[in-house]
Amino acid sequence: MIARPENRVRNSEFAIDVRGLNKHFGNKHVVDNLSLQVRPGEIFGFLGPNGSGKTTSIRLMCGLLTPDSGSGTCLGYDIRTESDAIKRNVGYMTQRFSFWEDLSIHENLDFVARVYQTPSRKAAVNNALINLGLKERANQLAGTLSGGWKQRLALAACMLHQPALLLLDEPTAGVDPAARRDFWEELHRLAAQGISVLVSTHYMDEAERCHKLAYISHGALLAQGTAQEIVAAQKLFTWAIKGEIADESLTRLSGMLTNKPGVLQTAAFGNVLHVTGRDPAMLEKTLRETLVGLPYEMVRTETGLEEVFIHLMRTSAEARKAKP
Amino acid sequence: MNRPPFLFAFSATRFWGVVRKEFLQLKRDRVTFAMIIGIPVMLLILFGYAINMDPKRLKTMVVDADRSEFSRSFIVAMHNTDYFDFIRELNNETEGEAALARGDAQFVVNIPSDFSRRLVRGERPALLVIADATDPAAASNAIGAVTQLVGSVAWKDLGGSLARLNGSPPPFEVLVHRRYNPEGITQYNIVPGLMGIILTMTMVMMTGLAMTRERERGTMENLLATPVRPLEMMTGKIVPYIFIGLLQASIILLAAIVLFGVPFVGGIVELYGILLAYIAATLTVGITISSLARNQLQGVQMTFFFFLPNILISGFVFPFYGMPYWAQVIAHALPMTYFNRLVRGIMLKGNSWPDLWPDLWPLMAFTVILMGIALKFYRRTLD
Repeated sequence: MIARPENRVRNSEFAIDVRGLNKHFGNKHVVDNLSLQVRPGEIFGFLGPNGSGKTTSIRLMCGLLTPDSGSGTCLGYDIRTESDAIKRNVGYMTQRFSFWEDLSIHENLDFVARVYQTPSRKAAVNNALINLGLKERANQLAGTLSGGWKQRLALAACMLHQPALLLLDEPTAGVDPAARRDFWEELHRLAAQGISVLVSTHYMDEAERCHKLAYISHGALLAQGTAQEIVAAQKLFTWAIKGEIADESLTRLSGMLTNKPGVLQTAAFGNVLHVTGRDPAMLEKTLRETLVGLPYEMVRTETGLEEVFIHLMRTSAEARKAKP
Repeated sequence: MNRPPFLFAFSATRFWGVVRKEFLQLKRDRVTFAMIIGIPVMLLILFGYAINMDPKRLKTMVVDADRSEFSRSFIVAMHNTDYFDFIRELNNETEGEAALARGDAQFVVNIPSDFSRRLVRGERPALLVIADATDPAAASNAIGAVTQLVGSVAWKDLGGSLARLNGSPPPFEVLVHRRYNPEGITQYNIVPGLMGIILTMTMVMMTGLAMTRERERGTMENLLATPVRPLEMMTGKIVPYIFIGLLQASIILLAAIVLFGVPFVGGIVELYGILLAYIAATLTVGITISSLARNQLQGVQMTFFFFLPNILISGFVFPFYGMPYWAQVIAHALPMTYFNRLVRGIMLKGNSWPDLWPDLWPLMAFTVILMGIALKFYRRTLD
């Protein structure tokens, strides 16, 4: 990486280090006392249901929004007072495609290179086009690209100024699996070069590819750590119930199990039903009693991230309901 | 970190990046581009031709009490000037007055019964033309044409018998009564004034939508995430429209001279100098609107809010010194008031810099103050 004087990243332990961030829109508490740390070279997954405050949190971190309270640094720069420096060193990919649809791919990249004052601009733009396989389409208008290509263009554009940190807001929404896979391989290549990545997503397979995860709901951070840590922390136990019979009966079984003692939640995966609970003994007892005489086979299985997240989402919703 | 303080940090690279982007987007936006050329052409045709300063074939009625060879020959001569279209013969002057009041006729020609007899006797009789001069522009040229006729008709038709009067005062006179507006002053002021109207409309509207368009297309978030500074963004967005404004003004200027024969007695350098000052003023109005408006509809509304007083009280439609004092005070806060004076001063009076300065500096001050307001309201975050 070329270190330009104004692009020198301050030495700091964390790429992102924010503490106690709050943001209200009207009387809606969108980000609630958020603290998180991302280490350099880390791919940090940011998960949470729709409207949970992921986008707002990312905007707070890169200085696009001002927090109501709380403080923090991004690449060692203060998010309140040094947003200019943050902008120069961060690549932010918005959730919605935000490049100019009436400009060609080349023109979009050229504009971005100019506003970031990229040295040897022409070469940088040309390299970006080649790396992303967009060379032949350079003169195509961005608005005529398909979703997958738009996403590649957006990534190329936010990588152009060689940022030290990437903030990616649901970058793979609506992108086909092969393109998603390529995208994640690219992210891992970048992380290996020391670039930090904060990426929000709804996909569990993507969550599992992150070094670390944070789960937020209603603006509040509910869990943080590696996938294993998050799963372990919830102390959940899961049984897989397999049946040869059609899904319909499995759905009926799921209905029978709901609200039985020890059962927290059920989730169907094709012909397999995952039943999760907190008390392993009680769960096993309930399952054995229910399945007597039925053509199912039950096996202990690992609790997955998805079960954990659904559990987190439910408990947070119940906790909010319980609040006066 | 040796970063220069915010206000003085202006990067030419970033500025030029924005300028290039705006030019490219403008090039792609065919409809907008067509409008930019189309608006001046359309307004020129409407104001220049439809609003005719020299109307012909005006409705005329005649009360011919004389019924002589001479009176008929005079009516034919009036008809031949092309200004008058004789639609009816009336019995008496009262009918003529009524027709004028109703607007059925714009002119009533009154030839008294003993006209030709007195003419032959050399008594210099008078012939009365009553004109509806509510619109002074409509009547004045036609009236001019009638007075011209006095000499020619008399000599041609009555040459033989009246030859002895040759060289002496005309054998008869035409009395013209301008009804409803005795002053009847018209000037070549519509077409130069049109320059201000067209520039105000297109410049304010185009830039008024510049930032809101980014906001509505979702590209604003991207722009805000880049290191582009407000001043770079705003000036960069303005530059392409300076060229467009100059192009529009040139179209109007050319049409004013070639099609409408508006005199141009002043200097071309002065004209383009004040054009630049005025374009800068209108563009800053646009960019200020752009910073204030939340969406494109608000942008358009604010544009019209600004546009209407500029048309109505800047001296384009109504004579400036005919307005009440309070309206004049308000008008002095509008850039078009100064521009109207400047452009008419250059084109019609041949004013040079010293004459222009008193109206030029307010335009410049207006631009600087507004740019400050725009920068203050430019939202640097999404808050």
